[in-house]
Amino acid sequence: MNPDASTIAAGAPIEVDLAPIAEGQDIKVFWRGKPIYISHRTKKQIEEAQKVPLKDLPDPQTDEQRTKAGHEQWLVVVGICTHLGCIPIAHEGAYDGFFCPCHGSVYDTSGRIRQGPAPANLAVPPYNFVSDTKIQIG
Amino acid sequence: MSGPSDFQPNHPALKWIERRLPIMGLVHSSFVAYPTPRNLNYWWTFGAILSMMLAVQILTGVILAMHYTPHADLAFKSVELIVRDVNFGWLLRNMHAVGASMFFLAVYIHMFRGMYYGSYKEPREVLWILGVIIYLLMMATGFMGYVLPWGQMSFWGATVITNLFSAIPYVGDSIVTLLWGGYAVGNPTLNRFFSLHYLLPFVIAGVVVLHVWALHVAGQNNPDGVEPKSEKDTVPFTPHATIKDFFGVSCFLLLYAWFIFYMPNYLGEADNYLPANPAVTPAHIVPEWYYLPFYAILRSIPNKLAGVVAMFSAILVLAFLPWLDTAKTRSSKYRPLAKQFFWIFVVVSILLGYLGAQPPEGIYVIAGRILTVMYFAYFLIVLPLLSRIETPRPVPNSIADAVLAKSKVASIAVALLIAGGLFIGSAQNARAEDHGVAPPGNKWSFAGPFGTFDRGALQRGLKVYKEVCSACHGLSLVAFRNLADPGGPGYSTAQAAAFASEYKVKDGPNDAGDMFERPGRPADYFPSPFPNEQAARAANGGAAPPDLSLAAKALSYKRGFPWFVFDLFSQYQEQGPDFIAALLQGYEDKPPAGFNLPEGSYYNKYFPGHAIKMPKPLSDGQVTFDDGSPATVAQYAKDVVTFLMWAAEPHMEARKQLGLQVFVFLILLTGLLYFTKKKVWATAH
Repeated sequence: MNPDASTIAAGAPIEVDLAPIAEGQDIKVFWRGKPIYISHRTKKQIEEAQKVPLKDLPDPQTDEQRTKAGHEQWLVVVGICTHLGCIPIAHEGAYDGFFCPCHGSVYDTSGRIRQGPAPANLAVPPYNFVSDTKIQIG
Repeated sequence: MSGPSDFQPNHPALKWIERRLPIMGLVHSSFVAYPTPRNLNYWWTFGAILSMMLAVQILTGVILAMHYTPHADLAFKSVELIVRDVNFGWLLRNMHAVGASMFFLAVYIHMFRGMYYGSYKEPREVLWILGVIIYLLMMATGFMGYVLPWGQMSFWGATVITNLFSAIPYVGDSIVTLLWGGYAVGNPTLNRFFSLHYLLPFVIAGVVVLHVWALHVAGQNNPDGVEPKSEKDTVPFTPHATIKDFFGVSCFLLLYAWFIFYMPNYLGEADNYLPANPAVTPAHIVPEWYYLPFYAILRSIPNKLAGVVAMFSAILVLAFLPWLDTAKTRSSKYRPLAKQFFWIFVVVSILLGYLGAQPPEGIYVIAGRILTVMYFAYFLIVLPLLSRIETPRPVPNSIADAVLAKSKVASIAVALLIAGGLFIGSAQNARAEDHGVAPPGNKWSFAGPFGTFDRGALQRGLKVYKEVCSACHGLSLVAFRNLADPGGPGYSTAQAAAFASEYKVKDGPNDAGDMFERPGRPADYFPSPFPNEQAARAANGGAAPPDLSLAAKALSYKRGFPWFVFDLFSQYQEQGPDFIAALLQGYEDKPPAGFNLPEGSYYNKYFPGHAIKMPKPLSDGQVTFDDGSPATVAQYAKDVVTFLMWAAEPHMEARKQLGLQVFVFLILLTGLLYFTKKKVWATAH
């Protein structure tokens, strides 16, 4: 009763072109049935994300652990709230990160949980940079 | 209590069967001669009501399954086609959906009865635990059934509830993947839920057989909690309990019919009339009303795993009742302290249900936590304590003695009715806040138990749709032949065919393998203006104009307390039409001072958030009517909304007509059964 072969095949990696995404913009793509946010972060958002002391975080992780070296302006996170699975809204909430309307969880510009009932940061899917303007998710 | 039967049939053929399979003797000893305590009150009819509801759900469900398609791309439409095209499909669907609510209403009354009268005490512990198992199976069945229509609430409710299992350490994620059959809620999930939803009711039926068997071993409990001692204490099940059960069933059917025929969507969620969209989470995810108290308990605990544990414990604690409450006196009738705490518990449960539908912020969170503590305190502290310290009133010597000293218990029914209204209506409350300005009420020709569609309004509305709205909005669930159906705009089949032929419809492939265009036929559906959602978005600044087939039902808004209680009795269910009519007339050229209107949006007084992407669609003189009706925006709005209500529910008139006949029949039946019951019991009293 585990996922059958065709479902697993449909979950094969996808490539996403980053060139059309302007600074400050984000898009949502679907991979394995889940929404993935790809954010082109502004300098301000990157700084804010990197400056947060770990002790302020319910689920401590540095911004560097959640982004790829040399590509810090790109944030790729699974857009599913780690509380009960709703899709958080981008560019919302006290930290200009993500806000989940279902039970009020607030995430920062690195997709880390800051306030609310969600126990963990937004998951980072497996991805890597095929070129400077293209990533492969999965 | 039911021993070997002394039943012997007279007819030789029956004797032949009875010797080989003594089923007649079994039925006779269990349901005819079976000694029933003579002091049972009407709370004891709910066993029969529940058996009936299980049978009704299975019957309607099996027939629905003949027409339903359990595939993510086809499920939603297959349910709508059942409602629109299958003979009495609308009735089957309403019976099944409302039936689930009625099933849970009956089971909660049945459970509260068991708690109040100590029916879980020795020697009925196994009977009680079998009941808890049935309840758990019902909850699983109900949850999976709600997913099947694949609406927004189906999908997102499934997402939230399956995600709960990820809280379990180590095996949680594997369990969730197993439930999903994939990486998220999707088609494999729907398929397996359909399979299990078909299976579980038969498992429930099996456990019910065990439940009735366990009951017959111990015999029924009774309101005085004193076991029958002699024949003076009991009456034969038939005709006494049978007629009382029939009367109870008949009263219950009246309530059931009220919802089926007159308020079919009151207990449901309007959002489920929107097809499931994995990319858009509804603002308020609420389970059906019968899960609300447990949802409230889940959300009260800020820790994910602890919340899940608390929620399941709230149900499982019931199984331990026989060992938590060890008081010797069975019935709360003779336990003055226990009785008060019981009613407090009932109120706590209802309030938890109300909170389960509120957004989890501010005072609701605090109240939820207090009530959760009170809920568990009742089982874990109050009952064990009372077992030790309470002095009960003296219990009557026998049932016969108790019957001779009877008293009345009418007020509880009233309290339950109001409480029920609050509980059920609380599910309505969650959206009242976001809708901002409530739309003004209108007089609709189709409102109320005797409402019908104004034919002229339907025809004018069709014209408005065709000339204005159809440029952007599809109506894909309505076929041209529906225009000639009874209860609709009243065109003849020839007129409907002529109307259809004005449209160009894509068909094919032909024998050369090419797609081609041909004039529309009555069997075709109204075409959508865009080939797919992406094209719709691209042509409309990013916001796809929704299909309007179900708009009048999907765009209902929640009315706060106390309106939803009044609505239950006044049958107000025109929230959707009132909202759409207000929206169409609610455009303002200038937004109020201080309001930041985004580029490309328009200000609308009634649209949630006030910034709507649709430009003002209606202006005076835009459409001329052949019957001379005024060519004003107000007229267009009223007519097109009437048309949209018909598009959303083409069989409304048939529903109300049949409802009237059913009600007259049921009222007569209930009256006759009442007098028959009185006659049968005259000798027993």
